[in-house]
Amino acid sequence: MLSQPDIAALLITLKLAATTTLILLLLGTPLAWWLATTRSKARSAIEAVIALPLVLPPTVLGFYLLLAFSPDGPIGATTAALGLPSMAFSFWGLVLGSAIYSLPFVVQPLQNSFAGLGRMPLEIAATLGAGPIDRFISVVLPLSKMGYLTAAVLGFAHTLGEFGVVLMIGGNIPGETQVLSIAIYDHVEALEYSQAHWLAAGLLLCSFLVLLIIYSANRRFHLMKTT
Amino acid sequence: MQRIEQAFEGTSEHELRIIRGSSGKHYAQIRNGAPFDIFLSADQLRPRRLVEEGVAKESGLATYAQGQLALWSRQNDLQLGREYLLNTDNYRVIAMANPRLAPYGQAAREVFSNLGLESLLSERLVMGENIAQAFQFAFSGNADLGLVAYSQALSPNLRGQGSVWLVPSELHQPIKQDMLILSDSTAALEFASFMQDDVVREILLSSGYLLPEIAP
Repeated sequence: MLSQPDIAALLITLKLAATTTLILLLLGTPLAWWLATTRSKARSAIEAVIALPLVLPPTVLGFYLLLAFSPDGPIGATTAALGLPSMAFSFWGLVLGSAIYSLPFVVQPLQNSFAGLGRMPLEIAATLGAGPIDRFISVVLPLSKMGYLTAAVLGFAHTLGEFGVVLMIGGNIPGETQVLSIAIYDHVEALEYSQAHWLAAGLLLCSFLVLLIIYSANRRFHLMKTT
Repeated sequence: MQRIEQAFEGTSEHELRIIRGSSGKHYAQIRNGAPFDIFLSADQLRPRRLVEEGVAKESGLATYAQGQLALWSRQNDLQLGREYLLNTDNYRVIAMANPRLAPYGQAAREVFSNLGLESLLSERLVMGENIAQAFQFAFSGNADLGLVAYSQALSPNLRGQGSVWLVPSELHQPIKQDMLILSDSTAALEFASFMQDDVVREILLSSGYLLPEIAP
């Protein structure tokens, strides 16, 4: 059934998706808040940049990351100057790639959710004397629960299915950068079709369950709102 | 392959359409009915499996080239060789093709084990899905060295950049590459016989391959 490297690939994939989602929720919150509330002219440009990974093939992103990680690329030169190991072929390199790749899937639901709040609840909270941080924690967060759930699930699920970026910058190191989608690809290439089936069917089932959770939660939420 | 294409189209009324991809992917596609006329594999295993499975006739099978392995670095003027490879302080990361998928990867692994480097290097090996990706890792500088195809190191696109060492053939099993005729079309037969022509042999030799019958 599942071999040792397959299980390692599964664990790496879950770790990558969880780490990426966490980082994106932390970074995506201020970004989405800014996008939802700003009147700056730069907004459209920033929105376009964030949406780029939806349009570009992942290989484009992977290719440019690989060049950036190289010793004379901007990221590679920086890590070398700081005495850090190179990002290429490392787990943290994959986290960076995945974070860029899944960014729109986290930022857009948060932004929609923040924009849907309107100014009213915050202004009321302000008149009651709540400071900005208090307003965010006790008003915005509870009201944006659904947005956060959608963002987290989509970010997680999208990273699970990532292939092109990892293929370009991962180097296929078992237990470090070999994720599930790459392991499936390898099994197919090596003509090991039954192992490929096990992993592929498992991933299919997982993805379906994740999406099922979000859609049923979404439905319950809407029902709650209307009653 | 481009040079072979040009040479073929110069002499034949047929036009060549090349579909690039790894041997494993093409194997899967051909097995499932892909409409290809000829399969130029990078190994012998996959064309032979197709014959065993009755997808193609054994008479359509022939070895067209033998690949050579090279150690390559994008840095110029390195004294690459056995000594350089054995002194593991010289480099950090080495790229190779995945030995499970690519014959060049298999050969690379044999080189490491014959030089007694296998356990030393296990932490520092990065694997491309195929030999093209292994080369890309070395070419972009993310890997210091690459065990790649000699034909890649000789590629005119490099314009002589980098350092190269042709790995002696006794360090690994020969990388024999087979082709397989998949259809009865005249174009397929014509191209198959063209692959044995002196013009093609000349191209293969100057591109870093050995010819199957004069290879050691």
